[in-house]
Amino acid sequence: MKKRLVSLAAVLMCAVLAALPAFAAAGDTVPAGPDLQVSADYDWNRFRGQNVTLYVYNWGLYISDGSDDSIDVVKGFEDLTGIKVNYTTFDTNESLYAKMKSGAANYDVIVPSDYMIGKMIGEDMLEPLDFSNIPNIDKIGAAYKNLEYDPDNAYSVPYTWGVVGIVYNKTMVQEPPTSWDALWDIEYAGNVLMFNNSRDAFAIAAKKLGMSLNPTSAEQVQTMAEELKAQKSVVQAYVMDEIFDKMTGGEAAMAPYYAGDAIVMMEDNPDLDFVIPEEGTNSFVDAMCVPKGAKNKEAAEMFINYMCETEVGAANCDFIGYSTPITDVWETLDDDLKYSPIAYPSEEVLANTEVFVSLPDEINSAMDMAWSDMKSYDEAGSGWMVPVMLLLALALIVFNVWRKLHRRQRSDLY
Amino acid sequence: MVQKKSLAAPYLVWMAAFIIAPLIIVVYFALTDSAGNFTLDNLMTIGRYSTVFARSLILAAVATVICLVLAFPVGYFLSRLRTSKQHIMQMLVMLPMWMNFLLRTYAWMSLLEKNGIINRILGLVGLGPFEMINTSGAVVLGMVYNYLPYMILPLYTAMTKIDQSVVEAAQDLGAGMGKILTRVLIPLSVPGIATGITMVFVPAVSTFIISRMLGGGSNLLIGDLIELQFLGNSYNYNLGSAMSLVLMVIVLLCMSFTSSFDEEDMEGVV
Amino acid sequence: MKQKHWRALQQAYMVLIFSFLYVPIVVMAVFSFNESKSRSVFTGFTLNWYKSLFTNSMILDALALSVAIALISALISTVVGTMAAVGISGMGRKSRLLINNLSYLPIVNPEIITGVSLMLLFVAYRGFAAWANAHMGAELVPQNIFGLPTLLIAHISFSVPYVIFNVSPKLRQLDVRMYEAALDLGCNPTQAFFKVVMPELMPAILSAFLICITYSIDDFIISYFTCGNLQTLPIAIYSMTRKKVSPEINALSTIIFLVILAIILFTNHMDSRKYRRDQQRRG
Repeated sequence: MKKRLVSLAAVLMCAVLAALPAFAAAGDTVPAGPDLQVSADYDWNRFRGQNVTLYVYNWGLYISDGSDDSIDVVKGFEDLTGIKVNYTTFDTNESLYAKMKSGAANYDVIVPSDYMIGKMIGEDMLEPLDFSNIPNIDKIGAAYKNLEYDPDNAYSVPYTWGVVGIVYNKTMVQEPPTSWDALWDIEYAGNVLMFNNSRDAFAIAAKKLGMSLNPTSAEQVQTMAEELKAQKSVVQAYVMDEIFDKMTGGEAAMAPYYAGDAIVMMEDNPDLDFVIPEEGTNSFVDAMCVPKGAKNKEAAEMFINYMCETEVGAANCDFIGYSTPITDVWETLDDDLKYSPIAYPSEEVLANTEVFVSLPDEINSAMDMAWSDMKSYDEAGSGWMVPVMLLLALALIVFNVWRKLHRRQRSDLY
Repeated sequence: MVQKKSLAAPYLVWMAAFIIAPLIIVVYFALTDSAGNFTLDNLMTIGRYSTVFARSLILAAVATVICLVLAFPVGYFLSRLRTSKQHIMQMLVMLPMWMNFLLRTYAWMSLLEKNGIINRILGLVGLGPFEMINTSGAVVLGMVYNYLPYMILPLYTAMTKIDQSVVEAAQDLGAGMGKILTRVLIPLSVPGIATGITMVFVPAVSTFIISRMLGGGSNLLIGDLIELQFLGNSYNYNLGSAMSLVLMVIVLLCMSFTSSFDEEDMEGVV
Repeated sequence: MKQKHWRALQQAYMVLIFSFLYVPIVVMAVFSFNESKSRSVFTGFTLNWYKSLFTNSMILDALALSVAIALISALISTVVGTMAAVGISGMGRKSRLLINNLSYLPIVNPEIITGVSLMLLFVAYRGFAAWANAHMGAELVPQNIFGLPTLLIAHISFSVPYVIFNVSPKLRQLDVRMYEAALDLGCNPTQAFFKVVMPELMPAILSAFLICITYSIDDFIISYFTCGNLQTLPIAIYSMTRKKVSPEINALSTIIFLVILAIILFTNHMDSRKYRRDQQRRG
């Protein structure tokens, strides 16, 4: 009798001991696609088999998408959750705003920058997030939460942060630029690229003039616009994503751009380097949000939570080069990226940066108008164009009259 | 013959809803401000962009003229070939037309860049790198390249109707090359010329892709400006609609000069 | 002597023009096999870009969408357009002229204006739908129409005029006596139409159908304004050209070129066979 009890207890013990590792493993991670592991503490399979499609709208080249031997993070999400992701890209905050404001498109996840989030919150265009679906919010460093654009941190989850600086080609400049003036230098006429969006471009003009990059009056906007007009003769082209191609191909000597992209460009072309000018610059945070009226809010929150997973964040960081707000991810980076002064600038550099705030409506429209004006401004030959056009119109009218007369003449002959 | 006028009813309803109504909405937006009040401000503001309009018209006109000059001989030579060969050549002319417009423009980017192919080849013979892309010249080149087939085909169609015996008669009467051109060929191919000009000028004046990819974004055309107002940086529907209205008027004006709205003539277009 | 020079000049000029038309396409094709990503230096031969193109889900989805929209919109346009052409031919001169002029509008209007006006229409509709739904307290009027519905409407709107202007001339050339003969022989009007008129119109209807498909697949500007969050093939290509360049674009362009070339050679072959058969029948 005793012997049987002992052996029964032994079998039970063995069974429990054998099961323990299984329990331990179940509590750890699950695979997301062939290359990633994510936390198993979350119900990823809630929407499996329900034919859900998630519409994600992000910046161009802003996620690890499997090209260049990187990990396909989006496919990992699809494999993990059974949700299909329709992933499209935009190139400026303003075009994102235009598409959303007009109601011309419906997205479930968008990734605007700080000031645009502030603007959208003010115009009631975002859904407050249910953080019980996004437990990974706790992994975001405290320095990136409850910032000015979203004080209660109710609408957004930080995705990346960074600073703006000048990317330049060491072989094409006399000496490394130290100030924003370098972008106006006629020495490099035709070799300078510039931001193709109003806020970033005006910010650079503001910093060059020593003003705040959040203008408080229409006059300030005008002053900055004049500065940009003066720069036009030096600018080769106004670009956003096209800059990768141009700088790595050696088409231009210098361009202002975001630190993360600079790191990627420098990997592709070792002749490039990055500098943060002495007048100070803009530091930004891009965060994930859910637009108001999104059809799949919970699935969207699941996606946002997925993006904050350590391995996913690390894959993204590696590919896009931007700085991560998640401490865990930072820990896993290679030393040369972890301590890179470009990706993670020192305290004193950061102290000299300014963030964008969303501008009041009148100043915003003044800036939009000034941007259109500046882009259409033509230094050379603005005067002669209109008279030439009038002459052309006259020539057309004369020709037409002649033709009508000629036709009548011909028909008169028969 | 078949007197069932009602068959056209679905189309008429569709036309009213999706062709006429949108244009009326454009006019509405052009003449109101964001609050919905009637205003002429939008049209007045366009005055500031007169250089953009002028630039678009001039560049489009230059591109059209270049297309006409280049396409005229092609149309003539094509029409004098043997019928079997004509068919193949016609297809070869149309082939680039059917390729994606964006890809064709993109192809020129890699040719024209500073470190692009043309500059590299010129570099082999020691000619310095020329700045070809991001200039108005590049934009005109892009326009000519994209729209040349649209000029060749109508001219070719018109010239096939010119019997060779007419040209021979002119030669018998002692006309030289120049006279044949001005007195025989050009007058007889006027419908083709008119169609060709229409099919090149209208897209050229309103494009925004060519100027964006080859023009560097610093020399805006009307298309860029309009796109800026709707899906771009300067979100302003009223101003954008006003610009569209002005563009439409300009195009209709040009159309009235180059084509008659008679039924039979219109079919030459398609 | 002068004839010979003249012919040589002629041929040289044609060669020049055709090379101008084809050089960029050929260059794109050559660099689609390039080992490195450079667009101007050829480093080595590889088929990798073609392989990665076939696994690029964005392009494949966009292609599927483009083809679906082209087929559906071409079908609807052809039916509506043919009906309209028949109906219009039975109208008086004044109304015919008016309708033809108005139909000419989408053809002659710059694409950006058609695109923008349609977008404004859909945005206005959305506003109206929101107001109506709020008024009625329930989602009775579909509100979020941007996407497939708007794309279809836009493509049909610019395709139907092409059908009308393709079918109308054939309709006019039709011999009325055939139709009347059918009526005399006992057909009612519908039967006469389908048995006599339609077969005559078939070539025009088919060519109109093909034209609609071509214009629809290639349309960029109008789709750009009415696509919502979907991507047709040209829009996908546009977003590819704005990013870090990848020779996948070159591979895509080469494939499109070869497909179109194949279609052209095939239709040419069919046409010449039909021509020869007609010649034999006549002779």
